[in-house]
Formats: sequence, structure tokens, C-alpha cells
Amino acid sequence: MTVPATIRLAVLLFVIAILQVSAFSTISLFGGGPDVLLVTLVSIGLLRGSLTGAVAGFAAGLIVDIATLGTLGVTSLLLTLAGYWAGRYGETTGRGQTRAPLVATVAATMLVALGGYGLYSVLGESVAPRSFFSALPATLAWNALLAYPVFRLTRRVIGEDARVDRVREVELLV
Amino acid sequence: MLGVTVRRPATGKPASRTTSAFRRRIVVGVLIVLALVLMTVSFRKPDDGLVASAQSTAAAVMRPFTVAGERVAQPFRDAYAWADSLLTARSDAKRQREENAALRQQVIQNQFAARENARLKALLAFRDGPRFPADYRGVAAAVIARPTGGFAQDIVVAVGSSDGVTLDAPVVSEDGFLGRVTRVYSRSARVTLLTDEQLAVSALDVRSGAAGIVKHGRAAASTLIFDRVPKKLKVSVGDTIVTAGWRSSKLASLYPRGIPIGRVTSVGQADTDLWKQVQVEPFADFDRVDSVLVLVRKDGAR
Repeated sequence: MTVPATIRLAVLLFVIAILQVSAFSTISLFGGGPDVLLVTLVSIGLLRGSLTGAVAGFAAGLIVDIATLGTLGVTSLLLTLAGYWAGRYGETTGRGQTRAPLVATVAATMLVALGGYGLYSVLGESVAPRSFFSALPATLAWNALLAYPVFRLTRRVIGEDARVDRVREVELLV
Repeated sequence: MLGVTVRRPATGKPASRTTSAFRRRIVVGVLIVLALVLMTVSFRKPDDGLVASAQSTAAAVMRPFTVAGERVAQPFRDAYAWADSLLTARSDAKRQREENAALRQQVIQNQFAARENARLKALLAFRDGPRFPADYRGVAAAVIARPTGGFAQDIVVAVGSSDGVTLDAPVVSEDGFLGRVTRVYSRSARVTLLTDEQLAVSALDVRSGAAGIVKHGRAAASTLIFDRVPKKLKVSVGDTIVTAGWRSSKLASLYPRGIPIGRVTSVGQADTDLWKQVQVEPFADFDRVDSVLVLVRKDGAR
């Protein structure tokens, strides 16, 4: 990744993380709201690979934990795994597929929700199961709705990884 | 062999591919370990130590950005609230007219009762605990951040220890009780809401005097339950629940007496239960809190 692209990525993450905790988190419809930061992170993973996804997830989680005065590391752990997974999905199964942003966003939302529920339970910060699971469908719907617009926006800002994968097979047509 | 897939001999460098995968795993592993270490240190020492002071400094640096984000979002929130209120304006106005008429009667009765109460207390040299709002001053603050994902029922407000805010200070909105301060930095503080499972507040039914504990209900995110109310005590639908503000020897409740919490929406009891099952609808809208008042004791006591 070039230096300008890295700077653009860092600025994008910071702005989205700040907006997530101060603006998007106030939106609530049917008990749930959009997680624009997670959707952006999934897009970064798909566009720039698993390593960038994991590092971006860690940094974004740290910003969220600092801004919300929460326990440091909790959101970082969840978003690191989400970014890494999205990147691996983009590098393997989802490569070149138009539905990849939607599939990855839905899967990452589920992963972060269930992972977060387990993690907070382990930390003793119990979450009411009924209210939590009633909010999940609304969050899934929001995130799915935002998957393509956010993916396009992220691609416009940070561009796509210019890696050319090594061709392992060729078909001869004469 | 035309039209047939032919495997090309591997001309790349498998070693570099392996190195890349190895490096990726190492980096991800380091990040995960780092997150776990941060979590452990932050969880064990949330209010002091190197990590806590680093978080405090970083939070102070980030505060202008969160305040700016909150200000950008405010007009949109106001517009949504305005549109939302239009849908229920007619029924709200009708309900409030009825409530107004009932309250007008009640105010007159309360004025007589308050005067009599003051006279009797003076006669008995009655020693009272701190009362709301007389013994507190409110520090007004905007809500600048909220956690996402619904895991934690906390908000971050733009006032801190430099404004006189102390740990465990009660927090209210114009509608009623919200929660208490659970973490304080110099210019920001975290408030845990009453909808959090960790928080409970001793409370009273204003009409009957029945005492219990108000805590988060499992039925819905914003429903509360008035628990530990003995079955022999009377609680009715429509009763107002306020903070109890008890005092016992050297121990005292964190919250002053008389902060409105909510209204009773259903009362039930089963033969097998020890307590009544009372549901309370909070006066405060926990999902749409934009600004709060942090209550600070006028005498400086905590």
C-alpha cells in the first residue's frame, strides 16, 4: 500500500469511527441501528486484504474504546477478527464476486454480535439476551442495506489492491 | 490438446507466498495478543495505572472530534424527533391535558402537605438525608458518544472531574432518572444507564410508600422492573416510582430521594413468587438522550 493510500485509509477510519460513536449510534429503528464502522471495515478487508483488514480493525476498535471510555481492547479484538475474516473471504471464496460485500457484511455482523455477546459475558458485563437478540435483526438489515454504498465509497477513497494474483491455470483456445 | 485446461508449471516463488502467509498470521496473532493484554490491564485497573492515564489523555485529545460529530448529527436528530412527534401529537396533547388537570389538583394538596411537613420536621428536629433537587446542583452536559452494538448501556458526557463531577454521581434528564457516573476523566465521564444489567436503584412508590429495587427488565430494552416489593404491599398501575434515597447509620444510598424514575404499567403476583411482579415504564427515553444533568452535592460530599 502506498503512503497516500495509507493516509486516506487512516483518515477514513478515524472519521467513520468518530461518527459511529457520536452520530450513527443514536439511530435506532426497531431496536437496532447501523454499524457503519463495521461495514467500512469489511469493505477495507475486501478491497485491501486480510492483513490491512486486521490492522484497520485493531485501530478502529481502539478509537471506539477510547472515545466511549470503555474497556480497552474489547472492540479491538472483535474488529481485528472481523477485518481479518473479511480480508480472507475477499482473497479466497469471495474474490471477484459481486455479492461479496453483502455476504461479508452480514456474516461479519453476526460474527461481531455473537462474539461480542460471548466476550462481554466472559467479562461479567452481562447483556440482556432478549433485548440483544431482538436488536440483531434490525442491525443486520441496516448493515445489509449499507453494504454496497459503503463498499463503493470506501473503494473510491482508498482504491483497490493492485495485486495481480499469480495465474495457476491457463485454457488454450485456438 | 485444444480447449483443454492445462496445468502450467509453477513458475512463481512458493517461498515468498509461504512467507507472506506466515507474516500475515504473525501480525494477526500479535494484534490479538495485544488486544487481550489491553483488555486484561484495562479491566483490572480501569481508573488508575499507565493504561488508564493513557486512555484518559487519548480521550481528552479525541473529545473535540466527538463533540464535533455530535454537533453534526444534532440537526438530523432534531428533524427526526420533530417528524416522529407529529405522528403522536394529537394523542399526546389529549393525554397531557388530562394529566394537567389531575396535576393541578395535586399541586394544591401537595402545597398544604409540604407546609405541614416542614412544620412537623422543625418540631421534631428531624435529621434528613440529602434531597433532590434542593441539596444538589446540576452540571449540564451533552452526550458525546455511545457504544455501538447494544452490548453496553453507557453514554459518554462532555463533563468530567474538572467540572466537579465525581464517581457515582447520579445523572438525570429533564424527564427523570438516567443512571450514575461509573468512570470520570478530567473533561469527560462515562454514565451507566439504568437499562444496564449492572445497575439497580432503591425506589419507592410515591402513593403507597412500597419500597423495592428498580432494575433492567428482560422483556424489552427500555422496560424496567420494580423488584423486591413484598406481596402484602399495595402497588397500582399508574403509580409513580421515585428514588428512595435511604440512609442507615453510616451507609447511605448513592441517589438522593425523590428523583422520578417511571410509572407502573403492570402489576402481578404468583403464589410461588416471594415478591410482586411490577413493570415500570421509565419517564426518560434512554434511546434518545442528547443532554443530561450530572448531580453534584452542594456541600461537596460524595
